[in-house]
This record gives sequence, structure tokens and C-alpha cells, in this order.
Amino acid sequence: MKSSLLNMVLSLGIITIVAAALLAGVYSLTEQPIKAAALNKQIEAISAVTPEFNNDPVAEAIEITPEGESTPLKVFPAKKDGQLVGAAVESYSLAGFSGEIRLIYGFDSNGNITGYEVMSHAETPGLGAKMDEWFRSPEGSRNVIGLNPATANMTVKKDGGDIDAITAATITSRAFLDALTRASKAYVKLQEQNK
Amino acid sequence: MLEYISIIITAIFVNNIVFAQFLGICPFIGVSRKLSSATGMGAAVTFVMVIATCVTWLLQFYVLNPLGLQFMQTIVFILVIAALVQMLEIILKKIAPVLYSALGVFLPLITTNCAVLGVAILVVRNNLDLGQSIVYALATAIGFTMAISIFAGIREQLALTNVPKAMRGVPIALICAGLLAMAFMGFSGIKIG
Amino acid sequence: MNSKLKILYNGIVTENPTFVLMLGMCPTLGTTGSAMTGMSMGLATMGVLICSNVVISLIKNLIPAKVRIPAYIVVIATFVSVLQLVMEAYLPALNTLLGIFIPLIVVNCILLGRAEAFASRHGVVDSCLDGIGIGLGFTIALTILGAVREILGTGKIFGAEIFPETYGSLIFVLAPGAFIALGLLIALFTKIRGAKC
Repeated sequence: MKSSLLNMVLSLGIITIVAAALLAGVYSLTEQPIKAAALNKQIEAISAVTPEFNNDPVAEAIEITPEGESTPLKVFPAKKDGQLVGAAVESYSLAGFSGEIRLIYGFDSNGNITGYEVMSHAETPGLGAKMDEWFRSPEGSRNVIGLNPATANMTVKKDGGDIDAITAATITSRAFLDALTRASKAYVKLQEQNK
Repeated sequence: MLEYISIIITAIFVNNIVFAQFLGICPFIGVSRKLSSATGMGAAVTFVMVIATCVTWLLQFYVLNPLGLQFMQTIVFILVIAALVQMLEIILKKIAPVLYSALGVFLPLITTNCAVLGVAILVVRNNLDLGQSIVYALATAIGFTMAISIFAGIREQLALTNVPKAMRGVPIALICAGLLAMAFMGFSGIKIG
Repeated sequence: MNSKLKILYNGIVTENPTFVLMLGMCPTLGTTGSAMTGMSMGLATMGVLICSNVVISLIKNLIPAKVRIPAYIVVIATFVSVLQLVMEAYLPALNTLLGIFIPLIVVNCILLGRAEAFASRHGVVDSCLDGIGIGLGFTIALTILGAVREILGTGKIFGAEIFPETYGSLIFVLAPGAFIALGLLIALFTKIRGAKC
């Protein structure tokens, strides 16, 4: 088709309007599922790490600043029949190999670690990324689940602690334990508030 | 200040846009046969990337976000970048013919350079503020220019060597790029501050 | 009928976007850490390509020549945004895995290239077939590259173990392995095609 100013402006305008209308339609259709998907991910991670609960930890989430820090962590209290049975704590560490790592840790009422999930990280695939499985493996002294950060020394063996570092990824292991210690401090504070 | 230095070092070396993030590969392979055209492309990308990031950042935080139109991000960004490249071409032709004759041929290629759109989206996803975004875009573009210049230097030598028939051209270039990427991996883990 | 099959064959072999035309290198390298992610990226691109090819061949006579490129970009960007929203809603895990490469489909040279070189000159059915052919060619290439990298790097294919991970060479999952594996695969493809001709 021959180009004139009128038909150029008109055709581009119409295409853009149709495109915008189509997108707005799809957006309104997917808005709810997108929100649900994000919420689901959070709830799944929380129930994977904490003891059984029957409250809504997301609705009851509070922000707690751990001792000696300035950034608050998100804490999801897990309650059974109104009684605090544990919590999931969303924690982070900036000590990773490349960038920030974010994890969610679970604790029971005694302060023992009940589980963890990796939320996001940029560690090397195949090395640092192994933290997903490493710290729950029963081999050697890798496992952190069931330990209590108040009594166990939560640092890698190289630094005089109790935990085996991931092979060839000591820095990631340190970051993992750094985030864990931070989460545990926040949880202790939550327990004190609930006494 | 330390924060900016950290962004610069990370963007140029540790997370190099070509070797670690796989963005801007098309010009990296396509325009790297001669060192002079590689540096020209690098300069053009630097120019467009900084301006495009600045404009798209302002659009995202002052237009799209307040109106709740985040889902229009892709379409708005690509149109803005395309229009910007066109405008730059016209403006450069008028006010800086010397610069235009140096960069002119590369400008139209930049619209579909995924590094430009990639950086514009990345700064929004990583929630950088305007100052950080501009520094990040500039450093990323410098990283790109450095990568494509080193690569062009290697390919100029490569053109003179006897390579097996099936490997000639892009395949051997990709393998060289792989070795370069391996060298760049030596930078990973570097931390400032 | 024969000509229709030829369009498909053309997209998968003669003009394979990755091994012959060497377009869309960024997602090819960036999303092929495993066979699964490579295949997903290929299918996502194929979906957008088919839609944009069909729409562009439908409206090709209504667009003035001077503004056709911006018009094609708007069409492609619209479908990419739709894909982005749908994936965020129904495949959130995959969406995080492919990350920035989903919005970047918009600047994949394959899409604009096919719009300009094929869809703007052919009918709807042929353009659709071209989208399927080129899309399949891209998907197959990405799946092969992903599989090669996954096997060499971790000893697995689609997550199923072939040999223990300790014998794998991690470098193939990392960035340098992407370049090297793709370089070798293109050379291999050139060799096989050269022998046939």
C-alpha cells in the first residue's frame, strides 16, 4: 500500500489501540491467577518448612528486626489452635558468591530448625546451587535440620563450626549459615514477644 | 560511592553482558570481523543504552507504575527504543555529522539488539534508582564494547589461520568466545565493600 | 500438498534458524542449561511466531509500506506480552527459570525476520506453516543443545540420570560451555548438510 501521512498515522494508531485493548483484556483475565500463584508459592514454602499449623501465617506475618541489625525480616508465625508451634522466617545473606541469596527457614517451638527452602540465588549452577539439597543430606555433618542454633555452632568446619561446607563452595555455605543465623535471631525475638 | 564502584566492576567484569548474561550476542558475532567496526558498534551501543535506560526508567516509574500499566512494559519499551534510535539518527545527522558518519551504519541494527531492551528491563526488575540505573547501563555498555573489541582482535587473527572447513566462520568464533568466557569466569566472586 | 510440506522442511532443515541462519543467539545460549528449559524456550518462541506470522499475513495489505516495521513490532510485542502474562499466571516456576528471555522474545531477530521475509509476502496458511516449521526448527535446535549440555555437564537428560554426576564436566552447564557446545553443533550440522549436497 502507498504511504501517506494520514494512512500511516491511522494504521499505526489502530494497531496500537487494538493491541492495547487485547493486552488489557488478557491482563484482567490473568490478574487473579498471577496473584494466586505468587501467594501459593509462599504458602507452599511456609508449610514445607514449619510444623503443622492451622492458622493463616501469611495474614499474620510480622516484621522483626534481628538483634544488632537494621533490616527487618518477614516472620510467618505457625499456630495450632491459637498456640505458637513454630514459624517460617524469610531471611537473606549478602555474603554469597554472586549477589544476594534469599531463603526461608522453619523453626519449631524449641527453636530447632525444621526445614528450609531456597527462594532465589545467583550462585554458580552445580556448585553453590547445591545448597538446595546439601544441608538436608544425612551424610557426614551436612544436615542442619533438627539442630538448634542456640546450642550448635552454626559455622562451617573451616571456621571452627559444626557444619560440613558444600564441596568447592565454602563461600555459599557461609552465606547459607549467615542467613540461617539471622533468621534464628529473629525467631528468638518472636518467641520472647509471645511469652 | 563504593556502591557505584561495585556496580561498575560487577557489570563490566563479573557479570559481563555477553559472557555471563548472553545478551547482545547477535552484534557480538555479526559485527566483530573487523576491530574498527567492533569499536564503532560498541560506541553506538553505549550511546543508545544510556539514553534508552534513562528514558525507559522515567517512563516506568512516572507513567506505567502510577497508572497500573506494568503489563504494557514490553510493548512500550521496545517502541520507545525504536523511536529513540530513529530520532538519534536524525539528530546526529543534523548536529554532529562526524559522529553520524562513524556510528550511522550501526544505529538501525541497535533496535533489535537485545542488550538494550534487556538492560532497560533488568534495571526495573532489580529496583535500581535512576542514578544506579544510568551507572549500570554505562558500565554494561563499556563491558560490551570491551568484549566485542577483544573478540574482534582475535577474529582478525583467526581469519589468517587455516581452520577445518566445517568449523570456518561462526563455529570457530563461538569456540573462541567460549574460551574468552572461561577467562572471564576468573572474575566471578570478586566483591567490593 | 508437496509445497506445504516443503515449507515445513525448509524451516526445520534448510533454513534452520539456529544452525543455518544463526539468528536468535541470545536465548539459544542463555536458556539451554538443560534440555527442559531449552525446549520450553523453543515452544514459547514458536507460539509467538505462529501468532505473529498469521496476524501479519492477514493485515499485510492494510499497512503502508513505510510504517510496516513499527507495525510488525507492535504485533510481535503484543503477543509476547500476552505470553508473559499467561506464563506468570499458570507456569510461574518456568517463568522464573526463563526470566528475562521471555520479554526478550520481542527482539529475537527470527520473529521480525520471518515477518519481513515470509509473512508479508505469503497467504495465511503458508505463513502459519512457516511459523510452525521455523518454530519447530528452533525448538529442536534448542532441545538438542540443552540435551548435549545437560548430558556432558551433569550426566542427565530431561532430569533422568545416564551416568553419575561426578563424571560430568560442569563447564558445559556454565556460560563458556554454551558457546563451545553451540560452536561444535553448528560445525557438525554444516558437515552433515555439506556431505548430503
